Amino acid sequence: MTEVIAAPSPLGAPPPDNILLDVRNLKTYFKVLDGVVPAVDGVSFSLERGKSIGIVGESGSGKSVSALTMMRLLDIPPAEIRDGEIWFDGREILHMPMEEMRKIRGNDMAMIFQEPLTSLNPVFTVGDQIAEQVERHKKVKRKAAWDRAIESLQLVGIPSPERRVKQYPHELSGGMRQRVMIAMALSCEPKLLIADEPTTALDVTIQAQILELLKTIQDRTDSALMLITHDLGVVAEMVDNVIVMYAGQVVEQGTVDEVLVNPRAPYTMGLLESIPTVEKRGGRLSAIKGTVPNPFNMPPACRFEPRCPYAWNLCAETAPDLYPAGPHGQHARCHLHTPAGAPRLPEALADHERKLNVGHGIS
Amino acid sequence: MESSTTPVRPDGPPPATPEVVVEGGADVTEMDPLEIARVGAGKTLLQVRGLKKHFPIVGGLLRRQIGTVYAVDGVDFDVNSGETFALVGESGCGKTTLGRSVLRLIEPTAGQITFAGRDISHISADELRPLRRKMQIIFQDPFGSLNPRMPVSDLIGEGLLAQGMKDRKARDKKVEDSLELVGLRREYTRRYPHEFSGGQRQRIGIARALALGPDIVVCDEPVSALDVSIQSQVLNLLLDLRRDLNLTYIFISHNLSVVQYFSDRVGVMYLGRIAELGSVEQLYKDPRHPYTVALLSAIPDPNPRKRKKRLVLKGDVPSPAAPPAGCRFHTRCWLREKLGNPERCVTEEPQLRNFGGGHQTACHFAEEISADTVSSAVETQSVLETAVADPV
Ligand SMILES: Nc1ncnc2c1ncn2[C@@H]1O[C@H](COP(=O)(O)OP(=O)(O)OP(=O)(O)O)[C@@H](O)[C@H]1O
Ligand SMILES: Nc1ncnc2c1ncn2[C@@H]1O[C@H](COP(=O)(O)OP(=O)(O)OP(=O)(O)O)[C@@H](O)[C@H]1O
Ligand code: SF4
Ligand SMILES: [Mg+2]
Ligand SMILES: [Mg+2]
Repeated sequence: MTEVIAAPSPLGAPPPDNILLDVRNLKTYFKVLDGVVPAVDGVSFSLERGKSIGIVGESGSGKSVSALTMMRLLDIPPAEIRDGEIWFDGREILHMPMEEMRKIRGNDMAMIFQEPLTSLNPVFTVGDQIAEQVERHKKVKRKAAWDRAIESLQLVGIPSPERRVKQYPHELSGGMRQRVMIAMALSCEPKLLIADEPTTALDVTIQAQILELLKTIQDRTDSALMLITHDLGVVAEMVDNVIVMYAGQVVEQGTVDEVLVNPRAPYTMGLLESIPTVEKRGGRLSAIKGTVPNPFNMPPACRFEPRCPYAWNLCAETAPDLYPAGPHGQHARCHLHTPAGAPRLPEALADHERKLNVGHGIS
Repeated sequence: MESSTTPVRPDGPPPATPEVVVEGGADVTEMDPLEIARVGAGKTLLQVRGLKKHFPIVGGLLRRQIGTVYAVDGVDFDVNSGETFALVGESGCGKTTLGRSVLRLIEPTAGQITFAGRDISHISADELRPLRRKMQIIFQDPFGSLNPRMPVSDLIGEGLLAQGMKDRKARDKKVEDSLELVGLRREYTRRYPHEFSGGQRQRIGIARALALGPDIVVCDEPVSALDVSIQSQVLNLLLDLRRDLNLTYIFISHNLSVVQYFSDRVGVMYLGRIAELGSVEQLYKDPRHPYTVALLSAIPDPNPRKRKKRLVLKGDVPSPAAPPAGCRFHTRCWLREKLGNPERCVTEEPQLRNFGGGHQTACHFAEEISADTVSSAVETQSVLETAVADPV
């Protein structure tokens, strides 16, 4: 576990009080045999109290590493925090001593992992595990903690919770285990719940159960939600704001209504175009050409340039920033949203519109 | 019988697995014309009747059979030449087992399989061999299904060799042709699986299936392990190949959006049986089985302006070793609950019934399903109670 971290540089000012989480220019790299992986490379975003944010992106884009860095759960080395600050509930947590962080983790900030079996201890009952956590963080007696465990299981809709608390993780089905994970995460009434692909391993009907449950809980508690997924459909249904990651960077951010309906970064456009829909039946799907870049050999300027249908010479020469690209704070990392790219923008948007709605080519 | 067929490999590590042993020896190219006539487009290419595949559960010190997994338990369907027939359903409902059984990659417990007019349910391995090349499979897992110690030339060439194509040169050429067919470079023959991305590995799996010139290909979750941007590349490839090579697909998937885009007809499976069968239009516009309704309702829509309230099923899928009596779906059925839990669902197993135009549903109360029943079920459900299923 993270014990030592780069000496804190002079910190910036804390964010306003309504901001629960403020991630600033976070850089988490991995030193491995073949070189350095810039897994998270300058990520910034913030989340208001009680609100929800989604992080989407393809496999390897840095979603989990971002979350694990926030929870201070990465081994250093091989991980290395190159830069950044993370403000949570008024305090900077990336550089705080580990003992302090342990008081926050599982308490004010809780995480649901993709594979529930790996994060539940097989030799303790579900109740023991939840109660232990409550006891530690809330400084209550065993009996009160045990009652809280039962209450949390009830909150996530587990029937006969007073009997379920005495069961071991392997005695539960996949969907039930995921509910236990959620119950455990909620047991200390966290201010922030981080869910990393909470339904990816589950069947569609169980996924529906868990998503509805997360929504209900978000309505009933004051907890903020950070949802990591590669499923744009899940994001659309679950969260207020979204950030899209590509090769360790944020390439687009904004409200889901903006980003998923009027995407402005070519990568997001491409993702949405490639989703199979009934309208595209009989035609080919539009596909993003090529594959994600090799992390040891990132394209020098815009990381999406080799795959981008709208790229021009500037894109291979100068790295784009996140530029304002729409109402309600929408930003896109793309030169199309600079004066130099402005003349090209209308055609790119029209092309996206075309690809979005019809299959093309064959039959 | 040939002695050893291990080819010399100057460029790679020694093979980890024994080569396929070839019995008999005609070259693939000499085997045409096949005993099997080509089936005209739209005609029945594959007919499956009463198919069952049960797995014994063994246990105890004496390794005695202590139970049975009813993985596929009485399935009927037809696949027409040139169409894509999809099998959908949750994990463990028997899709892979069904797909493998119809190709006789595993031996069915009971039932009849007719391919191009010929009953292949009981023919011997020798009789089956020439048919193998006509019926191929793309495996579920692009990472697990390719032997990591074999170069691409052997991964793809293996099947050709098994079909009797012993000339290394001819085989290598065929391998390169199939790589090109799936959009990979001809030079890749010497590479090993770990040198490829997930999408590329899936393409190798496709090339392997296509090298033999099949008529029908079982595609078992060909895109499930892939990211969306790669998924669309592979789906496009499968579409192009279907058109160019006149292929028929059995397309196994649990992703209903992909199925709606990609297939012509769909069979919805639940616990080893087909719950509903019909064209994509029939099933998606007018689902007649409460399970299909729930599956469709569970699809998250990427358009946030279409946020909807879902119909959420209760509990988990029961074990296929102990399927519920009567209708296998009755323990989770919202329609039955809405109708006041009629006994018939528990006492009598519903059979597929015709709803016109080839649309079939196995539900006693399929007539009760309408937009109104569905929306009123959605309104009255309690999301927090959905975990209920098995007693503790
Ligand atoms: N412990 C580690 N050592 C070296 N590299 C790592 C380590 N953990 C992650 N990485 C690399 O960091 C990058 C980002 O990984 P991350 O797990 O954040 O991806 P992700 O977006 O969560 O992907 P997925 O959707 O597959 O979960 C990847 O290139 C990955 O290989
Ligand atoms: N060789 C085997 N021996 C025993 N049981 C098996 C065997 N193969 C499959 N099963 C069981 O048969 C049932 C159906 O499995 P199958 O793999 O066909 O499901 P599936 O629908 O393909 O699921 P998935 O979506 O997870 O791939 C499962 O309960 C499985 O555990
Ligand atoms: S037969 Fe009964 S239990 Fe089965 S699906 Fe129809 S209504 Fe539901
Ligand atoms: Mg991840
Ligand atoms: Mg399967």
